[in-house]
Amino acid sequence: MMQDMEFPERETVGPDGKRVLPFTVNLGPQHPAAHGVLRMILEMDGEIVERADPHIGLLHRGTEKLIEYKTYMQALPYFDRLDYVAPMSQEHAFALAVEKLLGLDVPLRGQYIRVLFAEISRILNHILNITTFAIDLGAVTPSLWGFEQREVLMEFYERASGARMHANYFRPGGVHQDLPEGLESDIATWAAQFPQFLSDVETLLNENRIFRQRTVDIGTVTKDEAIAWGFSGPMLRASGVAWDLRKSQPYDVYGRMDFDVPVGKTGDCYARYLVRVEEMRQSLRIINQCLKEMPASDSKDGAVMTADHKVAPPKRADMKMSMEAMIHHFKLYSEGYHVPAGETYTAVEAPKGEFGVYLISDGSNKPYRCKIRAPAYAHLQGSDFMFRGHMLSDAVATIGSLDIVFGEIDR
Amino acid sequence: MLSVEQIQDEVARVLGDAAIDITAERGEVCVMIPRPRIAEALQALRDDAGTAMIQLVDICGVDYPERPERFDVVYHLLSLRHNARLRIKIQTDEATPVPSVVGVHPCAGWFEREAWDMYGIAFSGNPDLRRLLTDYGFEGHPLRKDFPLTGYVEMRYDNAEKRVVYEPVKLPQDFRNFDFLSPWEGMTDVNTRMAQEEKPAGVEGNKP
Repeated sequence: MMQDMEFPERETVGPDGKRVLPFTVNLGPQHPAAHGVLRMILEMDGEIVERADPHIGLLHRGTEKLIEYKTYMQALPYFDRLDYVAPMSQEHAFALAVEKLLGLDVPLRGQYIRVLFAEISRILNHILNITTFAIDLGAVTPSLWGFEQREVLMEFYERASGARMHANYFRPGGVHQDLPEGLESDIATWAAQFPQFLSDVETLLNENRIFRQRTVDIGTVTKDEAIAWGFSGPMLRASGVAWDLRKSQPYDVYGRMDFDVPVGKTGDCYARYLVRVEEMRQSLRIINQCLKEMPASDSKDGAVMTADHKVAPPKRADMKMSMEAMIHHFKLYSEGYHVPAGETYTAVEAPKGEFGVYLISDGSNKPYRCKIRAPAYAHLQGSDFMFRGHMLSDAVATIGSLDIVFGEIDR
Repeated sequence: MLSVEQIQDEVARVLGDAAIDITAERGEVCVMIPRPRIAEALQALRDDAGTAMIQLVDICGVDYPERPERFDVVYHLLSLRHNARLRIKIQTDEATPVPSVVGVHPCAGWFEREAWDMYGIAFSGNPDLRRLLTDYGFEGHPLRKDFPLTGYVEMRYDNAEKRVVYEPVKLPQDFRNFDFLSPWEGMTDVNTRMAQEEKPAGVEGNKP
């Protein structure tokens, strides 16, 4: 679809005195390569992109406004619906922010479960990104294999929380419930076969001539550009900045985990792909360590939720016997708990980058303000300078490597 | 990693008299700055080796309608070298524009557009201050505290006119905002209860 009135300020006068309007192409919002509802106005010179103007907000649901009207417990499920490819990573940020304001400690097993599922979320996210990225470039097979693995992982989600995607599992104070029997060993079984999948995908893509022609030296971001444009996560690491919040500002039990941070050299689409594949290997190491070191349910550190019943609901069995537990339950699910006045910015290393929650509490049972800092928001803003001078088809490849999900960009 | 005291000292040294107030709460350092000096302050913090706040993580607005200068604009900075975070706050009202920091941190562009869209905070010097997240032709600033949760208009596809039409919001049931706040202090934990003895919950706003 051509639109020639999008940039009236870009109008020039040609040699014969006639008006010359830039040729603009409208990409999206309904386009498979737009990864959701991205609408882009691309100003072209022939097939070369001269300027890109992303129009976002088509999935804007007013999450931040809604959260101001909900208690802290009711606000949590909104975080699943931000980056719906890796829901639990978002919950993690909110749970940590509320815990920081409450001054709450999480039992050790609860922390391990959170780290375990945060890494499962990371693999969920990276599988989707790498395989759909390959689809954008014309390779369909990786996605067929990848979605098989994602399905298994979402079953783990379901067994832990009851839902395949919108888990509502991480809560301030721990996780909602303990893992069901047998889940840990099933995750271990899955983890044993996963490296084979990764090497299969790499066989298909790494040395593939078409894949490399489409990704090497495309959408290159230098170190300084990545920092100045607020990039984080794999986008930052692929440009050669060794920065990972799990290492530099560890939360939960990440401080105990032994893993490496992959860093790219070239900052192009290919480097971002390589970084993500290697991150999955490292996530697998963390998952295996969690499974090995996690305290058993019946041990001293075996609780998954804080014992403070002013924040965490009592057990269903206790409610049948104890009046106090009954009152706690009623008050928690109607009024909710109060969070001391104050503010915090808490960030986690979500699969896409730094996902931050800036939470202001006025001491009541609802957040006064909850600003969500989504990593892909900054990445998409940088698309303008990344596209310039590239072909339209390279812009599509770059969008694929940005790893954008509109749930979190539009909020 | 710099300690909180070190960050405070370095920020006080770099900003000089531009820092009105430097506080630390829960290990997070927050600086109040006079509005006209925000761009030079961010530049000084970025370029000085002692702070090296080279990445702007986020800009957001906060609305306190009872104040004369009702908006806070909050900047979050990150220093990769020192592994330190810093929060900077300035205040403004509906009419007074805030100097844009696009020249210092290019990523400020969209964050400022969002603050304009959501709160109506104007940024002078931003080359592209259009709405970002709301609909084309949207009116109002939805994250202001006086903007209703349900909004003013709703849209639907009109089959007769063959286009999307906007109409005032019609609610079959009035919006219900349950007030569950109990007059007792039982629901709060110990440290909250201590704080609440001076100030009842939910009555006073969180005034900085």
